[in-house]
Amino acid sequence: MQNGNEPRKHTIAVLVENKFGVLSRVAGLFSARGYNIESMSVGETLDPSISRMTLVVRGDEFVIEQATKQLHKLIDVIKVTDLTDESHVERELVLIRVNAEPSNRAEILRTADIFRARVVDVTPVSFVLEATGDEGKLEALIELLRPMGIQELVRTGKVAIARGPKTRVRRVEAPRKPRVADDPRVVGFAD
Amino acid sequence: MKMAGARIVLECLKRQGVDLIFGLPGGAVLPIYDALYDFEGLRHILVRQEAAAGHAAEGYARTSGRVGVCLVTSGPAATNLVTALQDAMMDSIPIVAFTGQVPTHLIGNDAFQEADNVGITRPCTKHNFLVKDGKDLGPIIREAFHIASTGRPGPVHVDLPKDVLVKEWDLVWPAQVHMRSYNPNYDGHPGQIKRAAKLLARAKKPVLYVGGGVISADASAELRELAEMAQIPLTQTLMGLGSFPMEHPLSLDMLGMHGSYYANMAVHHSDVLVAVGARFDDRVTGRVDAFAPHAEIIHIDIDPSSISKNIKVDVPIVGDCRRVLVKLVEALREELREEPAPAIREGRRQWAAQIAEWKRDFPFRYEWSDDVVKPQHVVQEISNATGGEAFIVTGVGQHQMWAAQYYKFKHPRMWCTSGGLGTMGYGLPTAMGVQAANPGKLVINIDGDGSFQMNSQELATCFTEGLPVKTVIINNSGHGMVRQWQRIIYKERYCAIDLPGVPDWVRLAEAYGCVGLRVTKPSEVVPAIEKMISTPAPVVLDVCVDKDECVFPMVPAGGANTDMILEPPTREVRDKAAKSQTGF
Ligand SMILES: Cc1cc2nc3c(=O)[nH]c(=O)nc-3n(C[C@H](O)[C@H](O)[C@H](O)COP(=O)(O)OP(=O)(O)OC[C@H]3O[C@@H](n4cnc5c(N)ncnc54)[C@H](O)[C@@H]3O)c2cc1C
Ligand SMILES: Cc1ncc(C[n+]2csc(CCOP(=O)(O)OP(=O)(O)O)c2C)c(N)n1
Ligand SMILES: [Mg+2]
Repeated sequence: MQNGNEPRKHTIAVLVENKFGVLSRVAGLFSARGYNIESMSVGETLDPSISRMTLVVRGDEFVIEQATKQLHKLIDVIKVTDLTDESHVERELVLIRVNAEPSNRAEILRTADIFRARVVDVTPVSFVLEATGDEGKLEALIELLRPMGIQELVRTGKVAIARGPKTRVRRVEAPRKPRVADDPRVVGFAD
Repeated sequence: MKMAGARIVLECLKRQGVDLIFGLPGGAVLPIYDALYDFEGLRHILVRQEAAAGHAAEGYARTSGRVGVCLVTSGPAATNLVTALQDAMMDSIPIVAFTGQVPTHLIGNDAFQEADNVGITRPCTKHNFLVKDGKDLGPIIREAFHIASTGRPGPVHVDLPKDVLVKEWDLVWPAQVHMRSYNPNYDGHPGQIKRAAKLLARAKKPVLYVGGGVISADASAELRELAEMAQIPLTQTLMGLGSFPMEHPLSLDMLGMHGSYYANMAVHHSDVLVAVGARFDDRVTGRVDAFAPHAEIIHIDIDPSSISKNIKVDVPIVGDCRRVLVKLVEALREELREEPAPAIREGRRQWAAQIAEWKRDFPFRYEWSDDVVKPQHVVQEISNATGGEAFIVTGVGQHQMWAAQYYKFKHPRMWCTSGGLGTMGYGLPTAMGVQAANPGKLVINIDGDGSFQMNSQELATCFTEGLPVKTVIINNSGHGMVRQWQRIIYKERYCAIDLPGVPDWVRLAEAYGCVGLRVTKPSEVVPAIEKMISTPAPVVLDVCVDKDECVFPMVPAGGANTDMILEPPTREVRDKAAKSQTGF
């Protein structure tokens, strides 16, 4: 396939049947086609029979278009939305266990305060901090804490939701190039 | 009324209209075989290896238009079946495969004959199910058949733990299938269809490129109407053969790596290319950036992911090709109401003349010999003897390509070949399934000596089940297709390709209760074919052919279709091939 665009990160929301094996179907699709998933988070929606996955995937327009179509082709997938160019909110949660010597306890707390991180566990030699935010904020926090000695770090992966009053599902547009699919149905949403 | 899960499975198959299953028993599915003992209205054909059950189901499905069904036990049986599942996946063949599984409480315990069946088949099926609760049996079986046969067809696998089969349950049979997550789109977008009609109406060099989707959609009549109405030359993929009569004046035969010169040239020079139920496989396109470089491409396909996957298209139309073709014919008729401009008429006239010239100057050709049988000649004579009215199945290799090139296909659903996966060993078991679906009809398996050895045990099934499949072995004492590549691309460094002498096919056939015939001279070919056809039993006709014969034209992998070579290459061409990584 002729590659049109530079690879970039896409945030894709996927509604799936909350059934046995769905997670491995999605993961398997990406590994079988050699696409990389940077992060993936899954949880139930308001309707417990439906789960929502948020995938962060890197790829050029063609990879993303094909990945989106392949996702939709999975029988248990109900809806696929590429939120990347949509106005949306992205959040991730991180838990960080950081060394807390008497000499740097105050600085850690100050840093946590600036980032609105909470201390959720305290021992004489360590803190566990909890922070949420977008990727940039969390990266900045981690960089500031790194010199103090991060012992352990765990991230949830990104979740994302569109902004605005209603649930909008943007159909994935085909890339703007000559000879390109411009039929919105090409993505073939189930609804 | 409560009944054992095993009985429910059979009841559901019956309600689904299944009359024939291919299978092989074992511990985990014994409850089903026990229920089968006195179950009426379901024929079971016992194969000798599970992959054969899968391929037979494929042959049944492709030629009958119905879903093929197979049933095997857990563990090794399920893994044996995997090749057939992937084969059906690649070629979009609707089958439903049932496997046994260890009891639910033992799943994950490394129990006897346990394998993670659904884990293994997940990437090689359209969908799969593990039935954990007997009340889901009916709904799942219903959905399995629905998924296999609708949208882009494909294999569906249902894994059945033994305890689910043994326990008694209420039979739940939903009146309809409703799946919120699965609703294939059948009707093409009217705006796109209109655009396509406009493009076609002013095309000077149009070509239709049609594939297996036309067969799945039973759209041959509609296709022919379009081609004839607008006088569009038409080429078929390997999987599409039979969708349009080869002897039709508009037919350009097959395109692609071993396609005709005229088909590849026509596609290359076309200004509007209409792909119908075809997926721009790399064996068709050759180097993608050199494929149909001047054409605006219209692509009709039911699977959105087929569109703009390999080649970007200008007019995508997602839908069932039969429905879309009906609309396209209407729209085009509307466009053609106005007399086309003189420049277009003149363009079309020149295009027809150009194509006629290519067809005249570069037909499929081979050199005749009075001493040694040419494989192409064998296929020609099979074609003559059957008038294009036989079901034809193949193995994989050179013989498969010669079958595609020299058999004059007339009708859809009479050709089965392993296109996407290229599964050697596909021939005999698939032919068995075709024969079972079409009792009393002539089924010919044109096979290779290498391919046939991969499933020749099924001669036993043919004999015991009364399936009089005729196998013609194009016996070139080796893996001819591999030899061809080593000859052309690897400087004649022949390695691991010889299959000399054994087995003696005639005696092997006889050992299985079948009839064995052998031919070594060109003059014997026709009488042997006639004898084979008139023999009521299963026959193996061993035809010893020229092992130096190559399949031409040939587009070397990675080359553009216009790089096709028409005869054994010169040293210069071979040196060029040896220098590049892909062959050319
Ligand atoms: C040794 C060897 C050599 C080969 N050489 C060649 C060659 O020279 N030329 C060649 O053509 N092939 C060749 N092949 C086969 C090749 O690998 C592909 O299998 C084949 O080209 C695919 O055919 P197709 O495009 O018709 O697609 P298929 O695999 O038949 O796929 C069908 C397409 O139609 C769509 N479809 C299905 N149902 C419908 C429907 N109802 N409505 C609309 N669309 C539908 C599907 O979504 C899919 O995109 C070779 C194979 C082997 C093993
Ligand atoms: C299961 C499998 N193994 C290996 C191959 C690779 N392969 C493709 S064609 C071929 C040779 C086939 O030999 P034969 O059946 O005798 O056909 P011929 O080319 O000689 O006509 C081989 C080994 C394959 N397609 N399938
Ligand atoms: Mg051979």
